[in-house]
Formats: sequence, C-alpha cells, structure tokens
Amino acid sequence: MASTFETVANIISETCDIPRDQITPESHAIDDLGVDSLAFLDIAFAIDKAFGIKLPLEQWTQEVNEGKVPAEQYFVLKNLCARIDELVSAKVA
Amino acid sequence: MGEPSVGPNRRGRPATYFQTLPMRLEYFQMIDRVAAFDEAAARLEAQSTVPGESPVFEGHFPGHPLMPGVLLTETMAQASGYLILGLCRFSHMPFLAGVEKAKFRSFVGPGAPLAITAELVHQGSGYAVTKAKIRSDGKAICDAELMFRMLPFPDGLSARMREQAESLGLMLEAA
Repeated sequence: MASTFETVANIISETCDIPRDQITPESHAIDDLGVDSLAFLDIAFAIDKAFGIKLPLEQWTQEVNEGKVPAEQYFVLKNLCARIDELVSAKVA
Repeated sequence: MGEPSVGPNRRGRPATYFQTLPMRLEYFQMIDRVAAFDEAAARLEAQSTVPGESPVFEGHFPGHPLMPGVLLTETMAQASGYLILGLCRFSHMPFLAGVEKAKFRSFVGPGAPLAITAELVHQGSGYAVTKAKIRSDGKAICDAELMFRMLPFPDGLSARMREQAESLGLMLEAA
C-alpha cells in the first residue's frame, strides 16, 4: 500500500503536470512547486477522494491569513501528509 | 421567443408567482424553471426551451442555428449552481472553477426542450463538485463534471440570487 506521501505526490504530479522526481517531502506546494489556488482545489478534490476525508481548506486558509499558523504547516508536503494522516485517523476512530 | 414558462404551484403560491422569462442566451438566462430539488439526494432537475430566435444563432452558424457548446456548459453550470445554493442554503456563492470530462453528444437548435440534471459529487471545504447532463426528448445532449469555488457573496448578490432562485421554483424546506 502506497504511503500517504507517495499518494499525495502522485496526485500533485498528475494534477499539475509536475515531474514526480521534483516532488519531495520538503517541497512547499506553492513556493517550490508553483501550485496555484485553483490547482490546489483539484489536488484537494483528489486527496478527499483518495483518503475519504474532507481537507478543511477554509479553516486552514483562515488560520494562515490571520497569522495563527505559518503556511508551511499545511503546504509543505510532509506537513500536509501529517494533517491527512490525522484526518484519516480521526475518521477511523 | 417561446411563451413564458410557468412553474409548479407550491406552498400555496399562485402558479403565476413562478412565471419567468424563458431562456435568453444573450443574457445568460439559461434555466426556465427548477422542476425538482431533492435535498437528501443532492439532486436538482431543471427545464428550459432553446429560444426560437437569438443573436447567438446569427453566428453559430449562419443558416444553421445550433446551441453552442459553451452555452450548454453554462446551462449545466447554472443548474449545478442552483443545486449548490439550495444545499448550502445560500451561505456561499458558487463560482464555476473547472470543467472536466465535458462531452457534447448531440446537436440542439431553436425550440428544443432541455431537461437538465445536476447531482452533487463531492462537497469539499470551500469547493463543490457536480455532475450535470442535458437531455432533449430523451436523447443525451451533453454531460460534464463541474467544480465550483464557494466564496462569500459579493455585496447585494445574495438577495438577488434568492429572488431569482425562488422565481425559478427553487423552494427550500424549513431547516
């Protein structure tokens, strides 16, 4: 079974036409990979479907805009994957 | 142009309450009436009749009028938009953000009756995805998967959208 990172990296690669080998756990989706907000919706849709969750994008956006949380918390892929794992665990629990 | 469509008589409102202007392509007025809204099934059915005359047909195509695919897409998007507005009870405005898997299977021209259906595929956070299709006289015309970005209503638009949705027959049960 693919790891969360493998699944997310493949989704980003396919959705945004980014070579898979350029996507690492340290990549920042926006700053390093150039993912724009519309492309991120496509990514979120694919992640929601793949993991059976609902990424709380509105909440995350609000937290980042209000300066409560650095954007890296959600947009660096290893952190994004940790958030996904938390949501999956919460769903199972 | 055809006769104005008359919507169903619901909640004791007179049928004329739902009387609306028919489809007008040049005004992006694509839905004549909402025929059914099933909140539990997250599904909406709408109806329209392609107008007999429109400036759009002067160019698309001269002497051979056909409803443009882009306006069929807009028709599916509007039906989806009313579905999302009904489901979220006008908390946000859906703006078309993506069109995937669009297929235009048959031509339709002036006077064709259109049966439009929209179903929610996924309600995400800040976005929604629908599948919509149009049939005419039982024949598949087009279908697509549509993504909408859900944003706060621009000033004044919420009331206008509610009024327009009600005039088309989109009635919401009390929460």
